[in-house]
Amino acid sequence: MPAVEVKDLDKNYGSFKGVKGISFEVEDREVFGLIGPNGAGKTTTLRVIATLLEISGGSVNVFGHDLAKEPHEVRKILSYLPEDAGAYKNLTGRDYLRFIANFFASGQAAKDIVARGIEIAALGNRIDDKVNTYSKGMTRRLLVGRALMTNPRLAILDELTSGLDVVNAQEIRKIVKDIARNGTTVLLSSHNMLEVEYMCDRIALINDGVIVEMGTPAGLKKKYDASNIEDVFMRVIT
Amino acid sequence: MKALTNIIRKEIKEMLTKSTILPIIVLAILFGYLGNMMSGVQEEATSESIIGVVDLDDGVLSDITMDVLSRGAKIVYNGTDIDEGLAVAKQEGATALLVIPSNFTENISNETAGTIQIFWIMKGAGLLDSISSISVQNLISSVELGISAYMIETGSSSDPSLVLDPTTTTDTTLFKDKEMDGISPSTLDAIISSQSLTVPLIIMMIIMMAGGTVISSMGMEKESKTLETLLTLPVKRSSIVTGKLVASAIIGLLMAGIYMLGFNYYMTSFSAGVDIDLAEYGLALNTLDYVLIGVSLFVSLLAALSLCMVLGTFTRDYKSAQTLTGPVAILAMIPMFITMFKDYNTLPLAAQVLLFAIPFTHPMMAMRSLMFDDYILVISGIVYVTIFAVVMIAIAVWIFRTDRLLTGSRKRDISKSPIMRLLKR
Repeated sequence: MPAVEVKDLDKNYGSFKGVKGISFEVEDREVFGLIGPNGAGKTTTLRVIATLLEISGGSVNVFGHDLAKEPHEVRKILSYLPEDAGAYKNLTGRDYLRFIANFFASGQAAKDIVARGIEIAALGNRIDDKVNTYSKGMTRRLLVGRALMTNPRLAILDELTSGLDVVNAQEIRKIVKDIARNGTTVLLSSHNMLEVEYMCDRIALINDGVIVEMGTPAGLKKKYDASNIEDVFMRVIT
Repeated sequence: MKALTNIIRKEIKEMLTKSTILPIIVLAILFGYLGNMMSGVQEEATSESIIGVVDLDDGVLSDITMDVLSRGAKIVYNGTDIDEGLAVAKQEGATALLVIPSNFTENISNETAGTIQIFWIMKGAGLLDSISSISVQNLISSVELGISAYMIETGSSSDPSLVLDPTTTTDTTLFKDKEMDGISPSTLDAIISSQSLTVPLIIMMIIMMAGGTVISSMGMEKESKTLETLLTLPVKRSSIVTGKLVASAIIGLLMAGIYMLGFNYYMTSFSAGVDIDLAEYGLALNTLDYVLIGVSLFVSLLAALSLCMVLGTFTRDYKSAQTLTGPVAILAMIPMFITMFKDYNTLPLAAQVLLFAIPFTHPMMAMRSLMFDDYILVISGIVYVTIFAVVMIAIAVWIFRTDRLLTGSRKRDISKSPIMRLLKR
């Protein structure tokens, strides 16, 4: 059974079609990347799978749960990290992680989740400072910690390293790769094609709401005789 | 110059939005209505009083009294039967029935003040509803002047204080099936005014503060992009809505409580002179009354918060949340102003319908209505506001279950709607 099964997915915003009948599957424990330019439909696709947007047509199954019928069940096993997401500014980093952990567990189990979130965020003593004192990079690290601390079966990461410097970005990428090795399926999107090439087992190239190519980074580079995924993308869309 | 014009044009476009103009228009209409009401009250105060008179005295001083009254007021009843006089006076919309007792002339001639018994027919318990009683009190002063002049001309008394003040009055106020002896409408107003002013203000403050908290909370969730994370967590949408409502209610009540502590101290400085036992006049509230007031306040707060929650879903950020509190503030201010000055029952039908439809009106007038045993108005208000709150909560939960929170309202192609297709056929 695939971790994520997307079939003929349509998402309309009024008369505008954000996603036009796309289909793909993500295998269990796989890191799958959606890449494409701004407005291609990457975030819309991720938001649909994250149960935020309603499906206009087609279907989505997450670990056997029909998204349209069982969104609450899907929410129990996924974690979504939106692009440019924020945290509650008047809470400390620790309180924010505690607030989220309490939706997934209670007692010692919740404390263990928080401890894991603190470890991933790696903010040191600043974890007890209010979020409104954090830099953009620190907030992103906190949010990555929040997204991964529950050991979700599916992690949906939109522009994972958005706003992070090179050092922070590399650390976060390593954390995500480790998480995937330990059993979490990862579905991510990025503008950064080098990041996608480094992290993903398979990728789908999306343009104007349609998947125009899909495969492993190595396979696609070979198919298009390109040195990197950026070149592949340019050749596919032109 | 071109750059300046460009900046001015941009600033006007930014600031002059529907949400900034609409509250001003509604306020202008509200003040227009209040001004109209005030001028009506002024006319009422200066216009000829309508009274009934029961003259049981055949003496010369009662003749003088009748003469003064007939010149200063429209007398709709002039007879000798109090019950009949009251019935006619009520029917004709009179302000009062004046009873001149049989010993009126005799008492004054014997150096004792003559007593005029006044049965006040009170129509409403708002601050402006007792205005018409002032013109009747002025009439009584004119009667006193007339009698004083007669006494000076004839030298019928050697007591200067009696000459200056030859009459006294006893008051009985009739209002909504209650007969309150020894109290005039203006005294009654002084008693009720502390509630008339304080209760609507408290309610308005609670609604504005709690409602503002809900709307701001939604605005902040959207601005700091925490809403998306919240909506992907394994928590029921109804729990999110309820959690926000309850938290905002607690904060709103706390803020309003602190505010009102200061305000209450301020108000007591005005009402310190009025020390009358309401129970003596059958105006005290019983346990059931307090329960009804509590229920009315609770359902109104729930209605306000759920309305604000629905409004909050339309916010884009904290700034737009602030502008959205405007309509709620106006909805709270309209009943506050009107119920302060006028009794619900003395308003025109259109104003009554408007006030009834605004859910915040009901707790504002619940206390006054219950003082005069108007249970139907209070209970029907509670039922209406409960239905309003349930509908609003259902709408809020529905919005949270759809993706409208994140995508905003969808522009539909009207030409493809079933109605348009039917019309085309």
